[in-house]
Amino acid sequence: MMNVPMNQQQLFTWINEISFACNDIVLYLDTHPDDEEAMNYFNHYSEMRRKALKTYEEHYGPLTIDTAAPATGKWYWSTQKWPWEGGMC
Amino acid sequence: MWNYEKRLQYPVNITQTNPKMAQVIISQFGGPDGELSASMRYISQRYTMSDKRVQGVLTDIGTEELAHMEIVSAIIYQLTKNLTPEEIKASGFDKYYVDHTLALWPQAAGGIPFNACEFQSKGDSITDLFEDMAAEQKARTTYDNILRLVKDPEVADPIRFLREREVVHFQRFGEANREDCNKSERTKYNH
Repeated sequence: MMNVPMNQQQLFTWINEISFACNDIVLYLDTHPDDEEAMNYFNHYSEMRRKALKTYEEHYGPLTIDTAAPATGKWYWSTQKWPWEGGMC
Repeated sequence: MWNYEKRLQYPVNITQTNPKMAQVIISQFGGPDGELSASMRYISQRYTMSDKRVQGVLTDIGTEELAHMEIVSAIIYQLTKNLTPEEIKASGFDKYYVDHTLALWPQAAGGIPFNACEFQSKGDSITDLFEDMAAEQKARTTYDNILRLVKDPEVADPIRFLREREVVHFQRFGEANREDCNKSERTKYNH
């Protein structure tokens, strides 16, 4: 899916979806730490999430502190809209 | 959305239990100027704050306060780990123990439960930022009081870190207040 170019809204929705997949499987893994299939599922989505957050930052700005360091030298973390103001959410 | 990092912002490694000390330090968990109040204050206020940068300061400091609550909690946990009934009775920790065993529960040193009345969220940027600056000073004073009572360097060291962060946050809120006064149309209109 990441090979198909996405617009901002599509990429954002994608990040929301794969992030939720991570959140959900984490809860399961906490009580099933030996489930290999679940672990593979987590690894798969976690890696996609890492890449998608990086892509999003490069094009539209940071969603996490770990992707907030801008190559442009401008600090966008606190100058773009916050989620409750209708910033991408 | 939040994510947890599996680390303390400042390390806590206490080797000597001291339930008397824990009863004093617990005020910075659930007391009037504690870290739980601080976090809830900033995270509640940020929605109606009039400037994006100040919303950022409230979000990021509100997040850091949760990490400070975790440090304070770790201190209390380590100070009360594996206590014997004799130690609990002798230290006066029995009144807490009867309700909570050795679990963490947010209360002030005097036993008053955590209460949202300890902070305000007023919807006026200037009012809220002055409350925030005062809150950081009140927390700093509380840490100063704790440092007068605590002599164990293993406890005093992380307490000193937390005290220092109150001073830094006070500075940042002061700057936020000036940014807000100068730049925000909404604030100009309201004042």
